[in-house]
Amino acid sequence: MVKPTDSVVATENEPLKKMAQVRNLNFYYSGKLALKNINLPVYEKKVTALIGPSGCGKTTLLRSFNRMHDLYPGNRYEGEIWLGDENPRNLLQMDPIEVRMQIGMVFQKPNPFPKSIYENIAYGLRVRGINNRAILDEVVERSLRSAALWDEVKDRLKEPGTALSGGQQQRLCIARALATDPAIILFDEPTSALDPIATVSIENLIVELKDQVTILIVTHNMQQAIRISQFTAFMYLGEIVEYNDTMSIFTKPVEQKTADYVSGRFG
Amino acid sequence: MLEQPLPYSTKLPVALPSRQVRVWRERIIAGILFLAAISSVVTTLVIIYILFAETVIFFEKVMEIHQESLFEALVEFFTSTDWSPLIEPISIGILPLLSGTFTTCFVASCVAIPLGTIAAIYLSEFAPAKARELLKPILEILAGIPTVVYGYFALLVVTPFLQKIILGVQQFFSPGKEPWEYYELPGFNMLGAGIVVGLMVLPYVTSLTEDALQAVPVQLREGSYAMGATRLQTAIKVLMPAAASGIVAAYILGLSRAIGETMIVSVAAGLQPKFTFNPLEGASTTTAFIVSVSLGDLPHGSLEYQSIFAAGIMLFFATLILNVAGYFFSRRYREVY
Ligand SMILES: Nc1ncnc2c1ncn2[C@@H]1O[C@H](COP(=O)(O)OP(=O)(O)OP(=O)(O)O)[C@@H](O)[C@H]1O
Ligand SMILES: [Mg+2]
Repeated sequence: MVKPTDSVVATENEPLKKMAQVRNLNFYYSGKLALKNINLPVYEKKVTALIGPSGCGKTTLLRSFNRMHDLYPGNRYEGEIWLGDENPRNLLQMDPIEVRMQIGMVFQKPNPFPKSIYENIAYGLRVRGINNRAILDEVVERSLRSAALWDEVKDRLKEPGTALSGGQQQRLCIARALATDPAIILFDEPTSALDPIATVSIENLIVELKDQVTILIVTHNMQQAIRISQFTAFMYLGEIVEYNDTMSIFTKPVEQKTADYVSGRFG
Repeated sequence: MLEQPLPYSTKLPVALPSRQVRVWRERIIAGILFLAAISSVVTTLVIIYILFAETVIFFEKVMEIHQESLFEALVEFFTSTDWSPLIEPISIGILPLLSGTFTTCFVASCVAIPLGTIAAIYLSEFAPAKARELLKPILEILAGIPTVVYGYFALLVVTPFLQKIILGVQQFFSPGKEPWEYYELPGFNMLGAGIVVGLMVLPYVTSLTEDALQAVPVQLREGSYAMGATRLQTAIKVLMPAAASGIVAAYILGLSRAIGETMIVSVAAGLQPKFTFNPLEGASTTTAFIVSVSLGDLPHGSLEYQSIFAAGIMLFFATLILNVAGYFFSRRYREVY
């Protein structure tokens, strides 16, 4: 098996900076092992895709990054997830709320809060105690612009977020995550509940966003991984079987399992 | 070796009764079930009919005694602040009874709504699974205590306690007077009764509010936590708005129970109709009036007898409106998700 190493091929000439590094991570759902000895780098301002058959642990790994598993009793982590390049901190040792303030998340199904479009975006700032109207106005506009939603909603910021279409709701959720300027945004199959046109707009958005934020995305759609990601990890039965730059994973996989999966022979 | 026919084989219908018998048996069973289902509807309709019929007779009698038109009788009913259908000169203003009901319900709401909401948020969002398993049944037991027990609790525990507090506050702010110079809370008062009515409906409000919070989809909860929100922020800023209509329904249904509550107010608030909104005074509520009048041997058909139906119909409308509103709100929150 190919160990994901720290010296992965740089696809461009600029030096790669690491935003996060998972080291020897095991994860247990009430005693049941779901992730086995995961090692994975997440490079800054790149899109890293997690692929693999259903039930292989993609969501479980993603949700370890923002400590979502801590919301439920009986879950346990072993190992380390280092966050940051210069002075990395093990986020498994940090306060979960502090972690979530630095790592945003976009869910499979759009989940706008039962609030206005404006308040949906302002939410992250408000929970941090920022209520200054001028700051909020500025952040709301900037986030909606980044999420390519501003022109569609600028005249109806007071309307409920739930009144938008599915694709707009998902972009609203992306804007909401962007508003707090996170180090990483986690996406768990963000287009699987959307129609093809909305899917394309979200994919384009992710491609644009990688210039300002680091992205880790779970996807079932291999075409999507090819279109939007620079690095890909293939997971199987709770392990990372192969990690490499996306082109290599799909064109010259080292492991037989990877080759079978990316050529559609199973999964 | 398996040559025996299977029991459900079409060749062996011997054990089955004839088709005719089966059809009739089905019909009879359906009829019995229908009667059981319809009985509560019929009972309700009959009650409504009796309420209306007796109320009409009540107004006819009042019109006769006072020599006035129906309109004048209705105006008196809704505007007079004197309710004495039993004592000459007869007066039939419903306001004293409504003010009693309103005041006790207001006090009850002030207890049940904040406490119920806090308890529901705790149970739904903070309590570990163990604590919830322990507390939920306790709430249900509380809801099962006969209300007359609550009534004596109000009269014998809560009111003396309030009397001590009120005396203590006065002694603190203007010390040195003789004991009898201080204001003393009357033994029958709407404050004590209202507080205990609030405690009585607390389990309903808590349980229904908790249900509404639990019904919020997990994605919304996780969406809030993922933004770095604490449990309390999530509960107040996301779950409460998301569950708003269910929570309002919980409040309304609790209020409707408070309005219909009888024994606590009869025992602890006094039986004298009085037009006042001061919870420190004693006054009869609508329900308490009905009980107190019914306790005497009322000759069937007397004005006293009919007066309880006129009071009853007010209660009927109040709780009907609240229940319909509660139903409407709880329906709405189910449709949102
Ligand atoms: N809350 C949970 N409690 C116990 N086991 C769980 C829980 N969530 C997931 N699992 C198990 O952990 C394993 C990994 O699940 P996970 O949801 O991470 O898979 P996935 O790769 O995201 O799959 P999918 O592509 O279907 O979303 C599965 O075997 C699953 O049954
Ligand atoms: Mg998943």
